[in-house]
Amino acid sequence: MPSEKKTKTAKPIIDDLIIRVCVGTGGLAAGSQEVIDEFAKQLKAHGIKADIVKKCVNKTGCRGFCAKDVLADIILNGKSETYQLLTPDMVGRIVEEHILKGEPVKEWLVGSEYHAFHDKQTKILLKQCGHIDPEDIDAYINIGGYEGAKKALSQKPVEIIEEIKASGLRGRGGAGFPTGLKWDICSKAEGYPKYLICNADEGDPGAFMDRSVIEGNPHSVLEGMIVGGYAIGANFGYVYIRAEYPLAIQRLKIAIADARKKGFLGKNIIKSGFDFDIRIKEGAGAFICGEETALIASIEGKRGMPRAKPPFPAHKGLWGKPTVINNVETLSTLPTIITQGAKWFSSIGTEKSKGTKVFAITGKIKNTGLIEVPMGMSLREIVYDIGGGCERNRALKAVQTGGPSGGCIPASHIDMPVDYESLAGIGSMMGSGGMVVMDDTTCMVDMSKFFLSFTQNESCGKCTPCRIGTKRMLEILTRITEGKGKEGDIDLLVELGTNIKLTSLCGLGMSAPNPVLSTIRFFRDEYEAHIKDGICPAAVCKALRRYTVSVDLCKMCGKCFKACPSGAIAWEKKKPAVIDKEKCIKCGACYEACPFNAIL
Amino acid sequence: MSEHNIKITINGIETLCQKDETILQAAKKIGVRIPTLCNDKRLEPYGGCRLCIVEVKGVPRPLPACTTPVADKMEIITENDNIRKLRASLIELLLSNHPNDCMRCERTGDCKLQNLSYEYGVDGSRFEGEMWDIPIREDNPFITYEPNKCILCGRCTRICNEVVMAGTIELTGRGFNSMPDTAFRKPRTLDNCEFCGQCVSTCPTGALTDRKGRGKGRSYEMKKVKTTCSYCGTGCNFYLNVKGDKVVKVTSDYDAPVNHGNLCIKGRYGYDFIHHPERIKTPLIRKGDTFVEASWDEALGLVANKFKELIEKHGPEKVGGFSSSRCTNEENYLLAKWVRCAVGSNNVDNCARV
Repeated sequence: MPSEKKTKTAKPIIDDLIIRVCVGTGGLAAGSQEVIDEFAKQLKAHGIKADIVKKCVNKTGCRGFCAKDVLADIILNGKSETYQLLTPDMVGRIVEEHILKGEPVKEWLVGSEYHAFHDKQTKILLKQCGHIDPEDIDAYINIGGYEGAKKALSQKPVEIIEEIKASGLRGRGGAGFPTGLKWDICSKAEGYPKYLICNADEGDPGAFMDRSVIEGNPHSVLEGMIVGGYAIGANFGYVYIRAEYPLAIQRLKIAIADARKKGFLGKNIIKSGFDFDIRIKEGAGAFICGEETALIASIEGKRGMPRAKPPFPAHKGLWGKPTVINNVETLSTLPTIITQGAKWFSSIGTEKSKGTKVFAITGKIKNTGLIEVPMGMSLREIVYDIGGGCERNRALKAVQTGGPSGGCIPASHIDMPVDYESLAGIGSMMGSGGMVVMDDTTCMVDMSKFFLSFTQNESCGKCTPCRIGTKRMLEILTRITEGKGKEGDIDLLVELGTNIKLTSLCGLGMSAPNPVLSTIRFFRDEYEAHIKDGICPAAVCKALRRYTVSVDLCKMCGKCFKACPSGAIAWEKKKPAVIDKEKCIKCGACYEACPFNAIL
Repeated sequence: MSEHNIKITINGIETLCQKDETILQAAKKIGVRIPTLCNDKRLEPYGGCRLCIVEVKGVPRPLPACTTPVADKMEIITENDNIRKLRASLIELLLSNHPNDCMRCERTGDCKLQNLSYEYGVDGSRFEGEMWDIPIREDNPFITYEPNKCILCGRCTRICNEVVMAGTIELTGRGFNSMPDTAFRKPRTLDNCEFCGQCVSTCPTGALTDRKGRGKGRSYEMKKVKTTCSYCGTGCNFYLNVKGDKVVKVTSDYDAPVNHGNLCIKGRYGYDFIHHPERIKTPLIRKGDTFVEASWDEALGLVANKFKELIEKHGPEKVGGFSSSRCTNEENYLLAKWVRCAVGSNNVDNCARV
């Protein structure tokens, strides 16, 4: 971290100051640019020269703890303190008390959950995210960047492939195909030129692993691509990235330009005789283009639709030539594997799932954000130790993994290890690493409906089961949530879902019914309650809500009375509230407002 | 040519195949039928309709026969209860978004979807949901488009892009709302469409039909007369569809050696002259300032006598034959033979050489 500061002002206390402010998309959205500007302004006002200020305030990528953005580290004389939930008007006091007087503003510092959030994690991929300036290639080089590429280029391609095979690295994009094997097949395939594609078309709702890696440490992706390109014999690589990631694209562009200047990309890179260059291809916003054959079609300028495999891209890919498509996470892990060795990497994780995996945890959980944990960590540790448990300490109901096409894992399986095999075994999948936590206020039918409506919208329309089948499933789910479910609907959903999985063309259709099938498997009673009893047990489905106040739980606070927009709640001090069913519009405001879970 | 050295078993029958053959091609060769909707041998395999799924021993899920290449020792079952059940469910889904108007549909009796629905004994009634309700499109003189009947097999768009390379239509929209259409849903005009009707020729349902032939008879009422196109020297074959004594439309002959069922606008839609009131149906002989109708014997006799006179007077080398490229190969051959043998001259040419 280059930031030596020798102040000429009369403030000897500021010997060495670094301010690191998170400027990932999450940070920026929370207002980190304003915080940075305010720091610059305040420091200048206190007589610290502007050029020093610029060096002092580092922009860094995402550090994962998005729930508490804007986050900033003040590293004063080597001692680091982290502030959370910063706003520009807090900056003045921090400068005044912490920077000038050396007394941190205790009440604004991060709490124990910030440390718990980080301590349980094993960071390989995200290690540098949030610590280095993603727009400065020297920052990356100073922490050992491009050493992996240098080492790789001094070896034979076949040695690298063997090393990656030995490391046990599996594709992080979802399917978990062994990376070394994929490279091996492509390197032996006939045809020239060969291509390496980095799949950064991250589309799962709530997933932002790839975006954060590119925003926080873009050079690690480029370095991984150099290693991969050299291993398979490709002189050209594409980064297929969704246009909805403007910041990531911008940083990637800067990184590619800098890498070219430094001789890491272009002709005869790192004086090895190997040529390799990278081009960015922006996707137009179709979820299906994350599927590798659809992605290839999109780069070729065709409609983004998958095609049947075989032939696999390793034999016939982009422009009909042998092509390897690796996910951002996979590629970004490579430099570390090369420098630290396969043995080290394979010592992390489980027997069949090696290394670490990044997850984006969202939903009804206290600490939402980005985490990196070793494969095989139990779901309990992730949800409770890192995630801090459910919001408002409600009971955990299920965890949805694998994005919209993954499955739901019920709370009863909370101790299962998170790895490829275990997740597939329970009817879910690793996917790209989305993890949605649900508590007892989540209706499983409604949740399946949400995910299915996503996959339905994003179906490309090519094959019959995905195009019409998911539509029909969605219609059945919709009528169940509207209280119009019929006897036999559950069986029809299971039949349809199973058939769609068996007959669809690509991974989207094959996995789209997963949320429905897994929730029917574990929460069938909830579906039945909707259809047979006309009740939504989680009180989510509007048409099925019947709110009542539990006299035992009601603390007579009157919050529900104040929240009700239709005057349906009668309440007097020291008396439990009563809901008038005639006037109730089933909006759920009272349910949300009650601090004691007394509205049922 | 690669060798037939891949041994596979289809429904217990052993057969030898070539390296790049698909299961569908291999099955067809030995007379095993696998139902398809999106397959057309003129097009690249697509794998969209999923009806051709078959079971392959050792593979946990069914595979589409149209896109899966054969592999040595593959054991394939093309139909059993499970496959029939899955196919039935696919047809059911297609029918759940298909108007139930076969009674008045142009393609009744010649519709692949109708036949499969009959074969598998299903309809779409188990699913009550949204159905397309898009108005019929008759924005041009040749092609009628009924989007509601489209099953998204993609054959029309693929033939337009892969074979004709006109790029008039492509799939638009996503998911349930994807449909083949022109760019920006503009009407078909000569600016964006060649009106070759190739899309109509490959459509397996009543979504695309020949506008000129609509309402003029069912496919099974037509007498199909195979003929060669009279417009150019390519020699495309097709069927004239005749009902009563009228040519009602032209349909493709997919086994035609020259054109494999492909046609251009002239061959497919340029048949109006057949029943045109001004069409000249007998030879005309000029008498004075006017043309007078004559019989073939009379006309040919006149021509023959004139030639004889000319040859006698000036010699055969002064006579030549120049044939039209609208004639068939056989007609051109006959002309050359007549000039060389009957006239005794080598002066033969054809306008296609110009």
